[in-house]
Amino acid sequence: MDPSADLTSHAPAAHDPHHHDEHGHDHHELGWWRKYVFSTDHKVIGIQYLITGLIFLFLGFTLMMLMRWQLAYPGKALPVLGPMLNVLFGRGSMPEGIMAPDFYNSLGAMHGTIMIFLGVVPVAFAAFGNYVVPLQIGAPDMTFPKINMASYWAFFVGGIIMLISFFVPGGAAKSGWTAYTPLSVIADSGPGHHIIMNGQTLWLIGFVFLITSSLLGAVNFITTIIQLRAKGLTWMRLPFFVWAQFITAFLLLLAFPPLEAAAVMQLMDRLAATSFFMPTGLVVSGAALNISGGGSPILWQHLFWFLGHPEVYVLILPAMGIVAEILANNTRKPLWGYKSLVFAALVLGFLSFIVWAHHMWLTGMGTVVSAFFQTTTLIISIPSVIILSAFFISLWGGSIRFNTPMLFATAFLPMFGIGGLTGIPLAFNAADIYLHDTYYVIAHFHYIVAPGTIFALFAGVYFWFPKATGRMMSEFWGKVHFWPSLICMNVIFLPMFLQGMLSIHRRWYDGGQGWALSNEKVWGLSGFEWNVPISIAAWVMGLAQIPFIINFFWSIKYGKKVNDNPWEATTLEWAAPSPPPHGNFAVVPTAHRGPYEYSLPGRERDFTMQNEPIRDSDRRAYEAAAAAHD
Amino acid sequence: MEIPYTTTARPDTGLWNAKIGIWLFLASEVMLFGGLFSAYIFLRLDAAPGHWPRGLLNVPVGTMNTAILIASSVTVVLAWAALKMRQFSKYKFYMGITILCGIVFLVVKLAYEWPIKFHHFGAKITPAALEKYEPYLGNAHLREGGYEPRVEISGHLENPEALHDESIREYHIKLDAANAEPLNPDNDRPRFWPAPMSDKIAHVSKDDVQLASMYVPKHSTFFATYFTITGLHGLHVLGGVIVFIYLWLPVSARLYKRNPEQLANRVEVAGLFWHFVDLVWIFVFPLFYLL
Repeated sequence: MDPSADLTSHAPAAHDPHHHDEHGHDHHELGWWRKYVFSTDHKVIGIQYLITGLIFLFLGFTLMMLMRWQLAYPGKALPVLGPMLNVLFGRGSMPEGIMAPDFYNSLGAMHGTIMIFLGVVPVAFAAFGNYVVPLQIGAPDMTFPKINMASYWAFFVGGIIMLISFFVPGGAAKSGWTAYTPLSVIADSGPGHHIIMNGQTLWLIGFVFLITSSLLGAVNFITTIIQLRAKGLTWMRLPFFVWAQFITAFLLLLAFPPLEAAAVMQLMDRLAATSFFMPTGLVVSGAALNISGGGSPILWQHLFWFLGHPEVYVLILPAMGIVAEILANNTRKPLWGYKSLVFAALVLGFLSFIVWAHHMWLTGMGTVVSAFFQTTTLIISIPSVIILSAFFISLWGGSIRFNTPMLFATAFLPMFGIGGLTGIPLAFNAADIYLHDTYYVIAHFHYIVAPGTIFALFAGVYFWFPKATGRMMSEFWGKVHFWPSLICMNVIFLPMFLQGMLSIHRRWYDGGQGWALSNEKVWGLSGFEWNVPISIAAWVMGLAQIPFIINFFWSIKYGKKVNDNPWEATTLEWAAPSPPPHGNFAVVPTAHRGPYEYSLPGRERDFTMQNEPIRDSDRRAYEAAAAAHD
Repeated sequence: MEIPYTTTARPDTGLWNAKIGIWLFLASEVMLFGGLFSAYIFLRLDAAPGHWPRGLLNVPVGTMNTAILIASSVTVVLAWAALKMRQFSKYKFYMGITILCGIVFLVVKLAYEWPIKFHHFGAKITPAALEKYEPYLGNAHLREGGYEPRVEISGHLENPEALHDESIREYHIKLDAANAEPLNPDNDRPRFWPAPMSDKIAHVSKDDVQLASMYVPKHSTFFATYFTITGLHGLHVLGGVIVFIYLWLPVSARLYKRNPEQLANRVEVAGLFWHFVDLVWIFVFPLFYLL
């Protein structure tokens, strides 16, 4: 049979219903590309962000697993994988399986960059924010769906540019994720490097795309939360997660642009030989540079950390939001101190703009400046403690359901606590002189971001998975994922405090081997030797993510089917069908009450959704609560 | 599915979506230019005496461009007001003038101000050789008056091949007025009307030169900030002009027939952006041209 004849004979028949549809309704089915790839639907975009972000998270972690080999066994050939990587990355990245110093530096710089800007921020802010916020506020979509799509694709292009940079001559950026000048300006330049296609320049260009992406996202989030809240959903009835995203969006909106300015200036320094960040009289390889000089390396640090510090709260606030939702849901009682939480988060957001120079104690910026930033840094711990305490008190007296999301959410609390408390010695500039740039610092901020934020992200994935798919992820494999991850996280990061206090520097290519003999031993191991258990734990943790990956994809198709509100939660996203259709709600919801009305007296169920109208019994319960409060 | 409040205001906030969106965007723009202006402050305060040049930009031309931009900010409001009064031809007229102003601004910038800099040459003298070139620099005279020293001999490079040819050991510079008559008190301070170039030619040995460069970003932190900020500002002007042209084209007439309020809103949002671009220039002009 002639296939073309077949096509023509079927074409009119296939076309007719579509034709009819166009006239019958004001919309018609979107094609596959518009529906799943270039979609303007906030849910699709959220899932795109989630999957891309999770892939980048794992990639960033993989880079670190490679570095952990070099740290534990410096100068030894990595069996099997090493020679393969040398082929993949080329240019003597791992000659005979031994990691070259430049490649080590690239891995370090790109681990930080990928984890923060391509992993955690896209997942915590863009993925969960996109998927959950419009649903939680009862909106049909974001206010600017096209801009939302542009945001994802700008992020995607930025990510691709970062990936390409691994394969250009000279390899990816190697001046640290902070790209301190003047090192970063002279890096990847000169003979053998292309003027544009080199690691550091691509890093900067990639950054401009990522910043654009988060700017578009931030504008969209704030406008959506202000404009598209459902009827009756007043500010103090917003779920804490929405508040957290709202404040995060402001941080991104206002903190990222100065880094964009800085990135443009560093690009000028690299491409147009300007001296924004290049001091007078700089000598490189024995020759004075042919530049005007007069620039300021410290200026880069100021601009970078003006972003960099609010960025920390960009990483942690959405995580706190996720944890808050899951805590309230699984303790079956209202979140303790909702108003304190909201105001603490607002204060946190504000203060995060005036603490940045605490990353710069050792730059010689002067005691007055240091004293100011030390004071603000200590003040900012107050709202953090308020939030963490409110979470702990929320657990008090609850009948807690320890399902997988709750396990991750509860683990977040002590992990974040350790991370936060170990930051206090770093906040004092006298103590920081000793601890600066040691593994202590690495341990401190990883406790916040890795077992802190990333655990909260896992909690969020397990928690909202049934909303996005209509199916549950496996509880059993969730626990298989959780327990090894928790143990490994602590085996990785707890000894790093020790290493830091034994003065192991965070940027040593040999993991401190050169200092091994001068170190005292703790529990039979010197600071250097502690690298071995840490590295093994890191690799085991890599394996421990496999149950998650399989569980995630398997459950999309084969997970247990559940109703629209399997966790018996109260917020509006659970009033939408699972998965929600385009436009989200069958009936536009109206909010009648606060977000966490669990175990409301006089109700037959232990949860009362925000869109359930107020009854007389509710009024009596509110009055009784108010009277008890007085 | 319809997104609410795209053209009508939400009752409790009193705003439609894009108006909030543009204000948020402008807030981030403030931070973007704020980052650049803070670099300006940092670098200028850090600059060694004589290394932050003054009076190199053409003040009358800058003043004219300022006036053009301010005028366009007025006409864009008139265009918006005309739409609100449903006078479409008046809208087209005012919007046309706005677009014209934007284009004139860019042409002046890109076809006159920038190229003239790219063809101007400056040689910064090493500290050891300053004494040798005193007849062109007049530093003793400047010291007396309490002015910052001159460290550069500038003008038109008569032998441009010297820039690349190592065997040529001298720059032949047709001097600027300040280097031709360094003792003339008119040259002590920046002038409003730029002084004409002299016919005097100076020979400057390469051994005495710290950095020889056309007036390009590389020349100094001053030109680095000048070109970066005006370049970014120029991109914003260009973006604004493109949006205005879109709003002026026949598509706008079709939108006007269908939903005039939506067109008015679009013009309002674009206009807010335009005012911001104008405002940035209000900072650029004094910081670079006057101070």
